[in-house]
Amino acid sequence: MRRLLIDRTRCDGHGSCAELLPELLDLDEWGFPISLTGERDPAVPRSLAAHGERAVRACPLMALRIG
Amino acid sequence: MTAHLDTALWALGRGTGMVALVMFTLTLVLGIVSRSGRAALGVGRFGVAELHRTAALTGTGLITLHIGTLYFDPYAQLKLVDFVFPFLGSYRPFWLGLGTLAVDLLIVITVVSLLRERVGPRVFRAVHCATYALWPVALVHALGNGSDGGALWFRVLAGLCAAAVGIALSWRLSAGYVERGRVRIPRSVPR
Repeated sequence: MRRLLIDRTRCDGHGSCAELLPELLDLDEWGFPISLTGERDPAVPRSLAAHGERAVRACPLMALRIG
Repeated sequence: MTAHLDTALWALGRGTGMVALVMFTLTLVLGIVSRSGRAALGVGRFGVAELHRTAALTGTGLITLHIGTLYFDPYAQLKLVDFVFPFLGSYRPFWLGLGTLAVDLLIVITVVSLLRERVGPRVFRAVHCATYALWPVALVHALGNGSDGGALWFRVLAGLCAAAVGIALSWRLSAGYVERGRVRIPRSVPR
Protein backbone atom coordinates (compact mmCIF):
# COMPACT_ATOMS: atom_id res chain seq x y z
CA MET A 1 0.00 0.00 0.00
CA ARG A 2 1.32 3.42 -0.94
CA ARG A 3 1.63 5.90 1.90
CA LEU A 4 1.41 9.67 2.23
CA LEU A 5 4.80 10.82 3.56
CA ILE A 6 4.95 14.21 5.27
CA ASP A 7 8.30 16.00 5.56
CA ARG A 8 7.70 17.66 8.91
CA THR A 9 10.77 19.88 8.71
CA ARG A 10 9.54 21.39 5.45
CA CYS A 11 5.89 21.68 6.45
CA ASP A 12 4.86 25.21 7.38
CA GLY A 13 1.21 24.56 8.17
CA HIS A 14 -0.48 26.01 5.07
CA GLY A 15 -3.15 23.33 5.37
CA SER A 16 -3.91 22.68 1.68
CA CYS A 17 -3.33 18.93 2.17
CA ALA A 18 -6.07 18.60 4.81
CA GLU A 19 -8.48 20.51 2.57
CA LEU A 20 -7.83 18.07 -0.28
CA LEU A 21 -7.59 14.86 1.77
CA PRO A 22 -10.09 15.21 4.62
CA GLU A 23 -10.42 11.39 4.70
CA LEU A 24 -6.79 10.99 5.78
CA LEU A 25 -5.72 14.27 7.37
CA ASP A 26 -6.92 16.77 9.92
CA LEU A 27 -5.11 19.86 11.19
CA ASP A 28 -3.86 20.29 14.72
CA GLU A 29 -4.54 23.54 16.50
CA TRP A 30 -1.42 25.14 14.95
CA GLY A 31 -2.43 24.23 11.43
CA PHE A 32 -0.12 21.23 10.93
CA PRO A 33 -1.51 18.01 9.41
CA ILE A 34 -2.24 15.02 11.62
CA SER A 35 -3.06 11.55 10.38
CA LEU A 36 -6.63 10.40 10.93
CA THR A 37 -5.92 6.71 10.27
CA GLY A 38 -3.89 5.99 13.40
CA GLU A 39 -0.74 5.40 11.32
CA ARG A 40 2.12 7.91 11.28
CA ASP A 41 2.13 7.90 7.46
CA PRO A 42 -1.44 7.26 6.38
CA ALA A 43 -1.94 4.60 3.71
CA VAL A 44 -3.53 6.02 0.55
CA PRO A 45 -6.27 3.70 -0.72
CA ARG A 46 -6.63 3.33 -4.48
CA SER A 47 -9.89 5.29 -4.39
CA LEU A 48 -8.02 8.33 -3.04
CA ALA A 49 -4.94 8.05 -5.28
CA ALA A 50 -5.90 10.99 -7.54
CA HIS A 51 -6.75 13.22 -4.57
CA GLY A 52 -3.45 12.25 -2.98
CA GLU A 53 -1.51 13.24 -6.09
CA ARG A 54 -3.34 16.54 -6.15
CA ALA A 55 -2.49 17.22 -2.50
CA VAL A 56 1.18 16.48 -3.27
CA ARG A 57 1.11 19.00 -6.14
CA ALA A 58 -0.77 21.58 -4.06
CA CYS A 59 1.69 21.67 -1.16
CA PRO A 60 3.41 25.07 -1.39
CA LEU A 61 6.42 23.82 0.58
CA MET A 62 6.77 20.55 -1.41
CA ALA A 63 6.60 18.70 1.90
CA LEU A 64 4.39 15.83 0.72
CA ARG A 65 5.06 12.79 -1.36
CA ILE A 66 3.45 9.44 -1.96
CA GLY A 67 5.63 6.39 -1.82
CA MET B 1 -6.10 43.51 -46.52
CA THR B 2 -2.59 44.16 -45.25
CA ALA B 3 -3.83 47.36 -43.62
CA HIS B 4 -6.49 45.35 -41.78
CA LEU B 5 -3.87 42.85 -40.63
CA ASP B 6 -1.64 45.66 -39.39
CA THR B 7 -4.53 47.14 -37.44
CA ALA B 8 -5.36 43.74 -35.96
CA LEU B 9 -1.75 43.11 -34.89
CA TRP B 10 -1.52 46.56 -33.35
CA ALA B 11 -4.82 46.18 -31.46
CA LEU B 12 -3.93 42.65 -30.28
CA GLY B 13 -0.47 43.75 -29.21
CA ARG B 14 -1.89 46.57 -27.09
CA GLY B 15 -4.86 44.61 -25.76
CA THR B 16 -2.88 41.54 -24.68
CA GLY B 17 -0.40 43.79 -22.86
CA MET B 18 -3.17 45.52 -20.92
CA VAL B 19 -4.98 42.30 -19.95
CA ALA B 20 -1.62 40.80 -18.94
CA LEU B 21 -1.14 43.75 -16.57
CA VAL B 22 -4.51 43.00 -14.98
CA MET B 23 -3.64 39.27 -14.76
CA PHE B 24 -0.28 39.93 -13.10
CA THR B 25 -1.94 42.34 -10.66
CA LEU B 26 -4.40 39.58 -9.75
CA THR B 27 -1.50 37.11 -9.47
CA LEU B 28 0.46 39.35 -7.12
CA VAL B 29 -2.55 40.10 -4.91
CA LEU B 30 -3.49 36.39 -4.72
CA GLY B 31 0.12 35.50 -3.99
CA ILE B 32 0.19 37.91 -1.06
CA VAL B 33 -3.15 36.57 0.21
CA SER B 34 -2.14 32.89 -0.12
CA ARG B 35 1.22 33.60 1.52
CA SER B 36 -0.72 34.23 4.71
CA GLY B 37 -2.25 30.78 4.47
CA ARG B 38 -5.78 32.12 4.44
CA ALA B 39 -8.69 30.78 2.49
CA ALA B 40 -10.37 33.50 0.41
CA LEU B 41 -13.13 33.91 -2.17
CA GLY B 42 -14.73 30.71 -0.85
CA VAL B 43 -12.27 28.45 -2.69
CA GLY B 44 -10.07 27.29 0.17
CA ARG B 45 -6.34 27.69 0.58
CA PHE B 46 -5.50 25.28 -2.25
CA GLY B 47 -8.01 27.14 -4.46
CA VAL B 48 -6.32 30.50 -3.86
CA ALA B 49 -2.96 28.93 -4.78
CA GLU B 50 -4.40 27.38 -7.95
CA LEU B 51 -6.05 30.66 -8.99
CA HIS B 52 -2.71 32.39 -8.40
CA ARG B 53 -0.99 29.86 -10.66
CA THR B 54 -3.67 30.04 -13.36
CA ALA B 55 -3.64 33.85 -13.41
CA ALA B 56 0.17 33.85 -13.65
CA LEU B 57 0.22 31.37 -16.55
CA THR B 58 -2.58 33.27 -18.33
CA GLY B 59 -0.59 36.48 -17.98
CA THR B 60 2.52 34.71 -19.31
CA GLY B 61 0.56 33.43 -22.31
CA LEU B 62 -0.78 36.93 -22.99
CA ILE B 63 2.74 38.37 -22.84
CA THR B 64 3.85 35.77 -25.40
CA LEU B 65 1.06 37.04 -27.68
CA HIS B 66 1.93 40.65 -26.78
CA ILE B 67 5.54 40.40 -27.96
CA GLY B 68 4.65 38.02 -30.80
CA THR B 69 2.05 40.32 -32.37
CA LEU B 70 4.17 43.43 -31.88
CA TYR B 71 7.14 41.65 -33.50
CA PHE B 72 5.11 41.26 -36.71
CA ASP B 73 3.52 44.69 -36.36
CA PRO B 74 5.15 47.22 -38.72
CA TYR B 75 4.61 50.20 -36.37
CA ALA B 76 6.27 48.74 -33.29
CA GLN B 77 9.41 47.72 -35.24
CA LEU B 78 10.54 45.20 -32.67
CA LYS B 79 13.71 43.28 -33.41
CA LEU B 80 14.48 39.82 -32.07
CA VAL B 81 17.22 41.28 -29.89
CA ASP B 82 14.58 43.44 -28.11
CA PHE B 83 13.02 40.26 -26.69
CA VAL B 84 16.08 39.60 -24.53
CA PHE B 85 18.44 42.60 -24.35
CA PRO B 86 16.90 45.79 -22.93
CA PHE B 87 17.29 49.41 -24.11
CA LEU B 88 18.22 48.72 -27.75
CA GLY B 89 14.78 49.43 -29.25
CA SER B 90 14.04 52.02 -31.92
CA TYR B 91 10.79 53.37 -30.40
CA ARG B 92 11.05 54.86 -26.87
CA PRO B 93 14.05 52.61 -26.10
CA PHE B 94 14.02 53.26 -22.34
CA TRP B 95 10.36 52.35 -21.85
CA LEU B 96 10.62 49.41 -24.26
CA GLY B 97 13.73 48.29 -22.36
CA LEU B 98 11.71 48.09 -19.16
CA GLY B 99 9.33 45.73 -20.96
CA THR B 100 12.29 43.61 -22.10
CA LEU B 101 13.59 43.54 -18.52
CA ALA B 102 10.17 42.40 -17.33
CA VAL B 103 10.11 39.62 -19.96
CA ASP B 104 13.57 38.43 -18.83
CA LEU B 105 12.38 38.29 -15.23
CA LEU B 106 9.15 36.59 -16.30
CA ILE B 107 11.04 33.85 -18.17
CA VAL B 108 13.28 33.11 -15.17
CA ILE B 109 10.40 33.14 -12.68
CA THR B 110 8.13 30.99 -14.87
CA VAL B 111 10.81 28.39 -15.64
CA VAL B 112 11.91 28.11 -11.99
CA SER B 113 8.27 27.92 -10.82
CA LEU B 114 7.42 25.14 -13.28
CA LEU B 115 10.55 23.26 -12.16
CA ARG B 116 9.97 23.84 -8.46
CA GLU B 117 10.11 20.10 -7.72
CA ARG B 118 13.65 20.10 -9.14
CA VAL B 119 15.03 23.29 -7.62
CA GLY B 120 13.51 22.89 -4.15
CA PRO B 121 11.61 25.35 -1.97
CA ARG B 122 14.55 27.61 -1.11
CA VAL B 123 15.51 28.53 -4.69
CA PHE B 124 11.82 28.64 -5.65
CA ARG B 125 11.06 31.18 -2.95
CA ALA B 126 14.15 33.33 -3.59
CA VAL B 127 13.37 33.57 -7.32
CA HIS B 128 9.69 34.17 -6.57
CA CYS B 129 10.66 37.33 -4.64
CA ALA B 130 11.71 38.79 -8.02
CA THR B 131 8.00 39.20 -8.84
CA TYR B 132 8.08 42.24 -6.56
CA ALA B 133 10.51 43.75 -9.09
CA LEU B 134 8.69 42.38 -12.14
CA TRP B 135 5.29 43.90 -11.44
CA PRO B 136 6.32 47.59 -10.99
CA VAL B 137 8.71 47.41 -13.97
CA ALA B 138 5.86 46.02 -16.11
CA LEU B 139 3.45 48.72 -14.86
CA VAL B 140 5.90 51.55 -15.63
CA HIS B 141 6.57 49.99 -19.07
CA ALA B 142 2.83 49.99 -19.79
CA LEU B 143 2.45 53.64 -18.78
CA GLY B 144 5.59 54.88 -20.56
CA ASN B 145 5.66 52.74 -23.70
CA GLY B 146 1.98 52.10 -24.39
CA SER B 147 0.39 54.41 -26.93
CA ASP B 148 -2.61 54.54 -24.56
CA GLY B 149 -0.37 55.37 -21.60
CA GLY B 150 -1.60 58.96 -21.55
CA ALA B 151 -5.29 58.12 -21.97
CA LEU B 152 -7.46 58.75 -18.93
CA TRP B 153 -9.11 55.32 -18.96
CA PHE B 154 -5.75 53.57 -19.02
CA ARG B 155 -4.42 55.75 -16.21
CA VAL B 156 -7.51 54.82 -14.17
CA LEU B 157 -6.89 51.12 -14.90
CA ALA B 158 -3.22 51.42 -13.93
CA GLY B 159 -4.24 53.34 -10.79
CA LEU B 160 -6.69 50.59 -9.79
CA CYS B 161 -3.99 47.93 -10.30
CA ALA B 162 -1.52 49.92 -8.18
CA ALA B 163 -4.16 50.46 -5.50
CA ALA B 164 -4.96 46.72 -5.33
CA VAL B 165 -1.28 45.82 -4.87
CA GLY B 166 -0.78 48.72 -2.44
CA ILE B 167 -3.68 47.62 -0.25
CA ALA B 168 -2.53 43.97 -0.24
CA LEU B 169 1.06 44.97 0.58
CA SER B 170 0.12 47.40 3.35
CA TRP B 171 -2.07 44.69 4.89
CA ARG B 172 0.82 42.23 4.73
CA LEU B 173 3.24 44.72 6.27
CA SER B 174 0.77 45.91 8.89
CA ALA B 175 1.12 45.00 12.56
CA GLY B 176 -2.09 42.97 12.54
CA TYR B 177 -0.81 40.59 9.87
CA VAL B 178 -0.21 37.08 11.16
CA GLU B 179 2.19 34.94 9.18
CA ARG B 180 2.49 31.26 9.87
CA GLY B 181 5.75 30.38 11.54
CA ARG B 182 6.02 33.12 14.13
CA VAL B 183 2.52 33.36 15.55
CA ARG B 184 0.43 30.25 15.06
CA ILE B 185 -3.27 30.68 14.69
CA PRO B 186 -5.68 27.80 15.22
CA ARG B 187 -7.46 26.78 12.07
CA SER B 188 -10.10 24.22 11.26
CA VAL B 189 -10.91 22.76 7.89
CA PRO B 190 -14.55 23.29 6.95
CA ARG B 191 -16.17 20.01 6.04
